[in-house]
Amino acid sequence: MSLSDLTGRWKAFSYGFLDPSAKRELRRKMIKAVSVPGCQMPYASREVPIARGWGTGGLQVTLTLVKPSSTVKVIDQGADDSVNAASIRRFLSRVSGASETWDTLDATLIQSRHRIPEEKLSRDQILILQVPNPEPLRGVEPNMSTARQMHADADYGRMWLQLYEQMVRSGRVMLGASYPAMVNGRHVMTPSPIPRWDVKKLHMAEHLTILSAGREKRIFAVPPYTRVEPLVFDDVPYKVEDHAHLTCARSGVTGYFMNEIPQEDGSAGYEVSDSHFGIKAIDARDGGTPTVGQTWYRNGELA
Amino acid sequence: MSALMKEAPRLVRTQPLMELSGLSKTYGNVRALDDVSARVYPGEVLGIVGESGSGKSTLLRMMNLEESPDAGRYRLDLPELPEDLFTLDRFERRMLRARRIGIVYQNPHLGLLMKHSSSGNVAERLLVAGERRFAVLREKAQVALEASEFPIPRMDAPPIELSGGMQQRVQLAKAIALEPAVLLLDEPTTGLDVSVQALVLDTLKRLQQERRITMVLVSHDLGVIRTMADRVMVMRHGRVVEEGLADQVFQDPQHAYTQQLVHAKL
Repeated sequence: MSLSDLTGRWKAFSYGFLDPSAKRELRRKMIKAVSVPGCQMPYASREVPIARGWGTGGLQVTLTLVKPSSTVKVIDQGADDSVNAASIRRFLSRVSGASETWDTLDATLIQSRHRIPEEKLSRDQILILQVPNPEPLRGVEPNMSTARQMHADADYGRMWLQLYEQMVRSGRVMLGASYPAMVNGRHVMTPSPIPRWDVKKLHMAEHLTILSAGREKRIFAVPPYTRVEPLVFDDVPYKVEDHAHLTCARSGVTGYFMNEIPQEDGSAGYEVSDSHFGIKAIDARDGGTPTVGQTWYRNGELA
Repeated sequence: MSALMKEAPRLVRTQPLMELSGLSKTYGNVRALDDVSARVYPGEVLGIVGESGSGKSTLLRMMNLEESPDAGRYRLDLPELPEDLFTLDRFERRMLRARRIGIVYQNPHLGLLMKHSSSGNVAERLLVAGERRFAVLREKAQVALEASEFPIPRMDAPPIELSGGMQQRVQLAKAIALEPAVLLLDEPTTGLDVSVQALVLDTLKRLQQERRITMVLVSHDLGVIRTMADRVMVMRHGRVVEEGLADQVFQDPQHAYTQQLVHAKL
């Protein structure tokens, strides 16, 4: 019996647009990122056929992880059917042979811009978040080298000071999206511009989350079952967006993150932000039997 | 100036709180410190005088662990600290600075975030030391600002909108917020007009009297040193040329350079 009998038949593993050396580098950086949760790893961001700032970081990670047996879902602020999401999803499918889906439960790779789906992700799924600005210290320390030194020293006093200043001036923390969070008790990360509603979904989650900024050339990760704790004062609780009581005008669901739709009379209507979750709700209301997964939030409260 | 300033020198204990020995530092061809040793005793004010370039600010930066010497040791007589503080890594130095060493710089821009609130500047020190309760941060910032005689209604004004004297009070509040073991003062009144200078010195003197804070005061102004210091160290060309009780040094200077300094002042 030879070694070749024991191993699978060798086959070139080069699909998914990126060249093998680019993929190798990205895989190594992802492993590093998983090994040191929340710590930003630099990488040589490649050119991909979308513009910088449109999800090149997320796309490179997805292209590295995708394989013909993958099922990819791409969402843009919760929507599967936006031009950007559809283009990226079709591109991924075309260059890798992977299947496409809108259903969170069916996907193995979920590339997302600014949202985490409402249905809980499982250990077999990987969430890839597109990140425009990976540096949480950017607002308090413009010098990148100094900021990296501050991460190395866990010197986050100025981040806390920023929260203090907002409390003093406004009586509350004014950060919406990109709320800084401490990962594994060590590194502060910006969880990409997901709303505060979604930040808590990362805490001790079953799935792996990889965050990638193509323009800024940084990758960081939240491995499964890792603590992700938003920076909050002990006596000022973390607050998510006040969406718990809002009802989706199309599907009728209540207690999930909503998009605000301006109405002609000046008022606001609301639609559930996770578009396919809304489709499932409409289907169920109309007598269908869609498979709806367990959700992170129930009745507007984190379950 | 207050009557407090006329008080007699305090008793000096035998065990020094701070001890620096054999410090040397060279920048290029310039010998900034040359085998400098210093001892600071609990509750005393050590004044360091000397002309520009004499090494006094370099020495103060080493006391604040911002810089390491080429040779020499630094010991603080506090529990759980190593025999030589220069062996601490950057993180440990930062934590020690936050918790046990306060500093007031001549230039408030070095010590303050000018666009953040004054209370926030004080709170930053507490935050670095690990305080995470907003109400406690507010309360402690207010107490420290009050102690440095800062007007509390303006506690959330940014230092950039304050006068030089007020900025120094914010620095002082930040420095004493955690009740440091030693307070380092680097020309704290330089650039202030005489009346404001007197008020800041009054505040320092009162704090020293009430809290028995150990202070190291660096200044080229002999009047300030004479007002504040119990003991004086005279530096020139990176060396200590004379050291002794303040009255002794000022009334009976031994070294020619000290005599020159004292007479120039008088």
